[in-house]
Amino acid sequence: MGQVTTVDDVGSTRGRVARLKVASFIQRQGALVTLVLVCIFAAFRYERFLTEFNISNVLRQNSMLGLVALGMTFVILTGGIDLSVGSFVAVAGVIAALLANQGTVFAITAAIAFTSVLGLVNGLVIAKARIQPFIATLAMMIATRGLALVYTGEQSVRAETATGSFSWLGRGAIGFLPVPVLILIVAYIIAAVVLNRTRFGRHVYAVGDNEEAARLMGLNVNRVTIRVYTLSGALAGLAGVILASRLGTGQPVAGAGWELDAIAAVVVGGTLLTGGQGGVGPTLVGVLLLGVIFNLFNLEGTISPWWQLVLRGLILLVVVIIQNRLSARK
Amino acid sequence: METTATVSTTRRSGNLTSRLGDFGPTYGALFALVLLVVANAIFTPYFATLSNLWNVLQLVSATVLVAVGMTMVIATGGIDLSVGSIMAIASAAAAVSFGRGTAVAILFALLTACAVGAFNGALVSGFRIQPIIVTLATLITGRGAAQVISNGGQLIPFSNPGFEYLGKGYIGPVPVPVVIMLAVVAAGIFIMRATSFGRYVLAIGGNEAAARLAGVKVHRTKIAVYAFSGLLAGLAGLVETARLGASDAQKVGLYIELDAIAAVVVGGTALTGGRATIVGTLIGALIMQVITTSFNMGPFGLNPLPYSWGLVFKAAIILLAVYIQRPKLA
Amino acid sequence: MSQTVLRMQGITKVFNNVPALSGVDLELARGEVHALVGENGAGKSTLIKIMTGAYSRDAGTITLEGKHVDFRSPQDAQAVGVVAVYQEVNLLTFRTVAENIYLGREPRRWGLIDWKRMNADAAALLKSLGLEIDPRATLGSLNIALRQMVALARGVSFGAKVVVLDEPTSSLTEHEVNILYDVIRRLKEQGTAIVYISHRFDELYAVCDRVTILRDGKLVGTRELASLEKLDLVCLMLGKRREELRQGTTAFAKLELTPAGGAPLLRAENLTRGRRLNDVTVEVARGEIVGLAGLLGSGRTETARAIFGADPIDSGSVYLEGRPLGIGSVGRAIAAGVAFLTEDRKAEGIIPDLSVRENLTLAALPALTTLGVVSRSRQQAIVERFMGRLGIKAASADQKIRELSGGNQQKVLLARWLCRNPKFLIMDEPTRGIDIGAKGEIQALVNELAESGLGVLMISSELEELVEGSSRVVVMRDGNCVGELRGADISQRTIIQTMAEGSASDQKAATEG
Repeated sequence: MGQVTTVDDVGSTRGRVARLKVASFIQRQGALVTLVLVCIFAAFRYERFLTEFNISNVLRQNSMLGLVALGMTFVILTGGIDLSVGSFVAVAGVIAALLANQGTVFAITAAIAFTSVLGLVNGLVIAKARIQPFIATLAMMIATRGLALVYTGEQSVRAETATGSFSWLGRGAIGFLPVPVLILIVAYIIAAVVLNRTRFGRHVYAVGDNEEAARLMGLNVNRVTIRVYTLSGALAGLAGVILASRLGTGQPVAGAGWELDAIAAVVVGGTLLTGGQGGVGPTLVGVLLLGVIFNLFNLEGTISPWWQLVLRGLILLVVVIIQNRLSARK
Repeated sequence: METTATVSTTRRSGNLTSRLGDFGPTYGALFALVLLVVANAIFTPYFATLSNLWNVLQLVSATVLVAVGMTMVIATGGIDLSVGSIMAIASAAAAVSFGRGTAVAILFALLTACAVGAFNGALVSGFRIQPIIVTLATLITGRGAAQVISNGGQLIPFSNPGFEYLGKGYIGPVPVPVVIMLAVVAAGIFIMRATSFGRYVLAIGGNEAAARLAGVKVHRTKIAVYAFSGLLAGLAGLVETARLGASDAQKVGLYIELDAIAAVVVGGTALTGGRATIVGTLIGALIMQVITTSFNMGPFGLNPLPYSWGLVFKAAIILLAVYIQRPKLA
Repeated sequence: MSQTVLRMQGITKVFNNVPALSGVDLELARGEVHALVGENGAGKSTLIKIMTGAYSRDAGTITLEGKHVDFRSPQDAQAVGVVAVYQEVNLLTFRTVAENIYLGREPRRWGLIDWKRMNADAAALLKSLGLEIDPRATLGSLNIALRQMVALARGVSFGAKVVVLDEPTSSLTEHEVNILYDVIRRLKEQGTAIVYISHRFDELYAVCDRVTILRDGKLVGTRELASLEKLDLVCLMLGKRREELRQGTTAFAKLELTPAGGAPLLRAENLTRGRRLNDVTVEVARGEIVGLAGLLGSGRTETARAIFGADPIDSGSVYLEGRPLGIGSVGRAIAAGVAFLTEDRKAEGIIPDLSVRENLTLAALPALTTLGVVSRSRQQAIVERFMGRLGIKAASADQKIRELSGGNQQKVLLARWLCRNPKFLIMDEPTRGIDIGAKGEIQALVNELAESGLGVLMISSELEELVEGSSRVVVMRDGNCVGELRGADISQRTIIQTMAEGSASDQKAATEG
């Protein structure tokens, strides 16, 4: 037996590979293509769309959800889910506002540290106590929301600062970039590097791909799990702090429903709920796509909030069905 | 097929409960409920009155209606997040069709609700998309659709004594919603215990492959189960609307899916499917409601505690219940 | 004499008071390809898992290159070069080949993964095995054969001294098998010892040097393949002596041969499905018990599932009482009167959390239901009747089926089908994992049913059952029907012979075309 090639029939395998590549491309870049198309459409239809004011607004408004969705991406990549992020946003905002008068940096750090610990608890419960992510994070969501409401007596907390340093986070800008947007960009870049160039990142993908196989191949699955939930908690906390900074108050009712929005953004971007596939780039596209569509609704002016809901839900449904058909072919 | 020498992985629901058999968690829940009721009766002023009893039962009726359907869906291994939105759809559908007669309006609302549920089921079973994502999309779309139907999410007050009887009437000393609730619970118990449909639901959740090979019509059953969940949600929506005397498409049913899932889990039905206890769900819902009511009234002689305390308590109970039920590997 | 690389001595492992292995020895030499054979339940899997650290052993010692080792996990074994490549390739579908090979040990530069080096290392490794696989390709884009190669490459990349291949060729085409042989030969040259688990004799004889035979958890012996005849090998595996014909030990009474003539009850012809079924034709008459014999992987279960409609097939057709029975639909098969007692009770038979009553009546519910409501009285009547008739021992009909013994569970499953009054019953390993008493009862019952007209297709690995219970035996191997035995020709010896060597030219395939 001489040297053998790895394919029986070069042609058919090339064909198969090509088809897979196209399907995978659509799956990965479909959202991006759609985003571009939507933006072009909007630019023609609404003269206000391409103004610096509008773009800056859209980016700033979606930067917090974007951070939450970033954490959610990590969790979903491992095949899990995190329903508690919305409550984390609220709790972080409250803590930051309460401690604002003791130093901005201190307040922010404390808030993020707190939600990170809560995320850690999520991870522990899921990895060690082996409770399903859905239920574990659901309980955490309810408990944290309750805690936030209890602690504040259901009142918003004003952030008292001597200097204006606290509000800089949410309302300031560096050059033409609003600070939240800058943070968003930096966070996504770092996350992309982590996912693609670090062992931890690759192991996140591995766990979501096939947890049992990953375990058999020697990965410490528990450690990966705990870390992603902690990260999700931290990012949600960061988002909450930015929100509080923008509003000037920490609201215990903030972030309600954000977990579902984050999941929707991740899914629309192309990452599968089953885990192991996807990335942060797609999520960013998903966040922007949903954000731009929402912006369009506003610019149009005549689409009522409820029709917007219908459209949002339908878009999500259509996207999921398309993704399902595409991946079914693999 | 190679079946190798046995490595048995026995799944048992905890030490305590394995002694009590499969319904350990439910007995535990019953015990907890009795404890709560007795403790409150003794220590909380005005708790042990008949009017309070009806009050509690009335407040919990919508949740129970939804939770009965949720129990069956979960028994097949799925989940339904859209029940709140289906409630809103039914509410709006009825409100706009009173002009054609009360009976017609009710029928229309229930049919619509059922259809939405069937839609969920078709996507879950036919397209094999995960229930959480399908029902999430329906949740979003449905909430919007409900507001579209009610012409802009306005509160639609109406005066329709026949209809309002559903929510405000009494049969003897018993409020009508409570009667409906008990009837539905009885029906649910009947279906799960005495009908072939109930057997099929449990078989699918217990071992879908074996069920299929035994001739169970899996696809049909799954669609039916989601349709039924939708139907019950629709009924709950109607009852709530009747009670309120107005249709509030924005608020009715908001977050009720969480309450329903909590009731199901606390009552002893496993999220993994294959087992179902309607009675347990009723008990679980009652536990939650007793806590809420008791906190509202000022538990054990304390001052009335805000709703938020109750949240934390409820979350703890959910986690406890799930922890007790978690599978153990030998 | 080559050096010994790995020596396992006196290995014992017990699960739930059932010994899976008792005092097994295995010795591997450098550069040797060592076959490990045995039927189901023989203990091969357990031995391998102990060898590679997936299980712990209860007794015995393992030495690697002279030193005692005690593996706590597969990682421990991997680290010193003892790896296994399983049939279900346990790799990550969505990651690239290079990633799969180096998962957990990805090369880094300044803290970040060095993709270039990883891909280069992977390419070099694959090349050294004679494989031209693009390390940047996604694992999922490769066919199963290549995925197995990648799994093999990963194992080798640990500096493997011992590589275990568990059923490596069950999904491979002939061409791919040859690729595998090449890789194996290279590994041999490098001094790696290879354990080769397979039931395919042709392959064993093609690549392996020695063979170790296990049966019922015990070591039967180790032989040089060059001097062992196939027939002897099969005998050793099944525990028969070449000359010996054991007396009947089953509860089957020899049935009168049904006179030929008249249309068969069930006829499945030209069933083909990929590589697993190749033009299989089987016929069963009313009141006839046809045995389906063959070693593991010969396609018996696949045939049964194809007839029942549980799996789609590429081509072929099935006729019941002369009428075509649509393939691929379980519902239609059941409605027409076909029943299927599956091989794996746990995975495809019982609904574990439901009661005996519910499991027993599951397939019959449509007949017991009026307007959706199950008739308790009729259900109870059936349950009582069949529990009595089959001697099902349970605390009550409401006991959960998972608490019953294997034998009683099987009886409940059998009752599930019998209460539908089927015309044709397929049984896949009906008495596996069942105590002697229950075995006899089931066998006697099947006899009775056949006498009253039921047609039975019985898959069994127990030769006594086949010999004594069947009026005809169809022998399969590697997805083909390789022979059919009738009447007086049926004996353990002839069955074994046909299994080992039988080909169309040896025995006339007697089914009418």
